[in-house]
Amino acid sequence: MPSTRPPVDYIERTRAQYDALGYPPYQWVHSATPPPWAELTKPLAECRVGLIGSGGIYQVGQVAFHYKDDFSFRIVDTRAPTSQLRATHFAYDLTDARSDPNVVFPVDTLNDLVAEGFIGELAERAYAFMGGIYSSRKVRDTLAPALAERVIRDEVDVVLLVPV
Amino acid sequence: MTSALSITRAANPPRAAYLDFPLGHTAGKPHQRELNRSIVGDGLRAFETLRAPGDVVMLPYEWADDDAWKDTVMRPRASASLERDSAGRSSQQRDDRVERHAVPQYQTDADRTAADAALAAGGCATCVWLDGRPNETT
Repeated sequence: MPSTRPPVDYIERTRAQYDALGYPPYQWVHSATPPPWAELTKPLAECRVGLIGSGGIYQVGQVAFHYKDDFSFRIVDTRAPTSQLRATHFAYDLTDARSDPNVVFPVDTLNDLVAEGFIGELAERAYAFMGGIYSSRKVRDTLAPALAERVIRDEVDVVLLVPV
Repeated sequence: MTSALSITRAANPPRAAYLDFPLGHTAGKPHQRELNRSIVGDGLRAFETLRAPGDVVMLPYEWADDDAWKDTVMRPRASASLERDSAGRSSQQRDDRVERHAVPQYQTDADRTAADAALAAGGCATCVWLDGRPNETT
């Protein structure tokens, strides 16, 4: 049977879960202003692609994320074997990400797309953080600008954002 | 990429590609290289095809033959014979996420050993803290 049901509404389910647990409602970020827009100025096949993921990925040798509003990030070498990638996060089932980190941090996938010429190249550095950060202020004012500065410095044409 | 459509619409990024998979699989399924290449390729194509800020492309992939997984994700567990506390909460309805300690949560003990060795040798040059600690020791 093909999918006939609508997407899972996680805002509604979180509201129901928090209510059942006796917690006050979770305050989701609602962006009031329209998003900014930048045209792609060249074909994807000529683009350098950046990757930022919030699935709690780190490389062996790096310090892992902790679970209490950790808003640090890790610089991940996209040339290194993905067998050196690890996953840590408190709010999703890590089983598949630990078996194959590409499900939340598609380094091999993007390298495959480079090999077949679908994209021009993958930036040498990708960026990973652990998205369970309850302070939207820290994300908006500190983490997001720091990541934006990094990918600008890397001279990427587009960035693929992979939240969990 | 997103697998949480309502959250993405609320945050309202310039472009998004929605994949109707359970959380933890925003870029595909484990060890399915061909499928994942197709999913991420379709997601990237949105950079070329989407024209209006806030547009979302709905990717045509399905997690399973049916949608049964949608019934159970993030649902408070219910049972016929629930004991309720004074606030009306049932003992079955509890927060099953792990406790949140402010110390690194390694996937394996060997990872902890490797990180500790790196720290002892001068620091983690690729860890960026943003909390006032020196970021890179190089």
